[in-house]
Amino acid sequence: MNRKQKKVLIRIIIAAVFMVVLHFLPLDGVMDGWLRFFLYLIPYLVVGYDILIKAWKGIRNRQPFDENYLMAVASIGAIVLGRVRTGDYAEGAAVMLFYQIGELFQSVAVGRSRRNISDLMDIRPDYANLEDESGHTERVDPDEVEIGSVVVVSAGEKIPIDGVVIEGHSALDTSALTGESVPRSVREGEDVISGCINTSGTLRIRTTREFGESTASRILDLVENASSRKSRQENFITRFARIYTPAVCYAALALALLPPLVLLVAGQQPQWGDWIMRALTFLVISCPCALVISIPLTFFAGIGGASHEGILVKGSNYFEALANTDTVVMDKTGTMTCGVFEVAGIHHAHIPESAVLEYAALAEMHSTHPIALSLLKAWGKDPDPSRVSDVEEIAGHGVKARVDGKQITVGNEKLMASLKIDPQPCSSVGTVVHVAVDGSYAGHILIADRIKPQAAEAVHELKTMGISRIVMLTGDRKAAAQTIAHEVGIDQVFSELLPEDKVSQVETLLQSRRTGKTLAFVGDGINDAPVLSRADVGIAMGALGSDAAIEAADIVLMDDDPLKISKAIRIARKCIRIANENIVFAIAVKLICLLLGALGLAGMWLAIFADVGVMILAVLNAIRALKVSHL
Amino acid sequence: MKKTYKIDVDCANCAAKMEDAARKTAGVADCTVNFMTLKMIVSFDEGADHNTVMQDVLKNCKRIESDCEIFL
Repeated sequence: MNRKQKKVLIRIIIAAVFMVVLHFLPLDGVMDGWLRFFLYLIPYLVVGYDILIKAWKGIRNRQPFDENYLMAVASIGAIVLGRVRTGDYAEGAAVMLFYQIGELFQSVAVGRSRRNISDLMDIRPDYANLEDESGHTERVDPDEVEIGSVVVVSAGEKIPIDGVVIEGHSALDTSALTGESVPRSVREGEDVISGCINTSGTLRIRTTREFGESTASRILDLVENASSRKSRQENFITRFARIYTPAVCYAALALALLPPLVLLVAGQQPQWGDWIMRALTFLVISCPCALVISIPLTFFAGIGGASHEGILVKGSNYFEALANTDTVVMDKTGTMTCGVFEVAGIHHAHIPESAVLEYAALAEMHSTHPIALSLLKAWGKDPDPSRVSDVEEIAGHGVKARVDGKQITVGNEKLMASLKIDPQPCSSVGTVVHVAVDGSYAGHILIADRIKPQAAEAVHELKTMGISRIVMLTGDRKAAAQTIAHEVGIDQVFSELLPEDKVSQVETLLQSRRTGKTLAFVGDGINDAPVLSRADVGIAMGALGSDAAIEAADIVLMDDDPLKISKAIRIARKCIRIANENIVFAIAVKLICLLLGALGLAGMWLAIFADVGVMILAVLNAIRALKVSHL
Repeated sequence: MKKTYKIDVDCANCAAKMEDAARKTAGVADCTVNFMTLKMIVSFDEGADHNTVMQDVLKNCKRIESDCEIFL
């Protein structure tokens, strides 16, 4: 509890004790009339003076009809009525007391969940250790660090700015960014992103971005802007409160005036006191606090909980869209597969397999093509440049080189055909690299993208949650696409698509979705930014460091685990369910109590429950949205 | 021109009201109040002086929610 809350708590305790004492003191007959009135006024004012002031300010600023106004009118009315009729002031003071208890409760609950969330999202680096030319380090504001500077990050510190490691190796804790608990090891030459915590050695990092453009800043920016896009539920509540509060005020006024007037005209006792009391009860019940507080709180907690799981949601409206998803369209590369090339096998080798790989790797040693890199990686030794000469790259086909005095040709079928070498076709899926030694066929190397280990489970999860259509889009060849789709369990595949074909394919799918349902597209943000923004919900995966994806997507998955897709949908569904529960529950209880109040069946005490009790229950329910780790 | 300010406000609805009030202030192009992080992100109109605009924003916010605070 902060100071403000403690102050309110003390006021509540004083007022409550005072009222209990007054209740049990044998005042009847001793202290009636004005003395009793003033005695009850003390706890009332102690606990409620700020509400009265706020209500007065609201009226003066021509912004009446808020909760303060409702509470002030109801409690003053009850006390005045007590003075002229029953001599019972407890009700009026209790209205204020319980209202303040409810407010305090919600304020503490909000404060607590806010702290939870900000602890979870604690990725903002406060300083950077900037190193100057002479090797001295100075602690500076990360904003002041220019691109290309060197910063030093000791163990336990956060990496302040994105950059490249120039010295040192360490394990990085990325859990605040990705929700992934296994530390990532980094060494010289590797890119690191801000917000990660250096857990062991000291790292010297050359910055590649400004602080404002760095990952940590961008993510915080995204989370902080999340509230600008509101869900239907939130907009409903804002509109509802705007119409509802004045409406109940006028209804209460009508309840106080019309029935007595009718009775008067009919020649009966008007019973003013009764009807005014009913109108005041009506006002207390109708206070919309439970709704206006709990609905935004639900989304606030939901977005916060999701960010801790490494799922960034750009606005609560996307929660809504995601909860209604029945079609999930996925990109293949980077989503279902790792997006990296690896040697998957060496086939039909006429010389030892290791020799095929060694010749291919050496011939390709100067190339930076992903396939060349994967060959070198699979071979795993440091290439000796003196063994290789006369390298000739043939764009789009392959490479020719002289290795250890032998003429090596590495490339695709067309290259082999042009050299009149007859290559063995490969029956597996992937990119095939044929190798020939001195003009005779030596075998081929199969390079394939690896399917993510969780891909099949992720698809299965989506199916069990009722996603009726799962579609995979890819630029790959049909056979390759179908094999992968079959392996992970996707039934619908569109292959050999150019990036613009993907947009039109998604548009066709958008037209055929059921009304009220939405289509989510999952991609890794490379080449598919237009599709991400065209889909109802664009989910970018493994987007750390990819600016275009963070920009275009509505939901950003910080790591590349496809299981996060179903998790995001579950979080969204839970959040929406809680919001709807609160709306229905609060409005239903209020309507019933309003009816009872208007009929004179509900007194002030029930009214207080309908207001404060419902609010507390709704707030507790809203906070459930924060707990999403088990989903 | 976009600036972020720390704010203090008690309830999510009051935050929404502040956002509304700030948006209606002259010189403010757009405004987002994040109740979660207690931040107000204001984009200013071209050529507006953000110090004077923020004084008006604060005044307008105080009018609808006397309890709120913007740390300028």
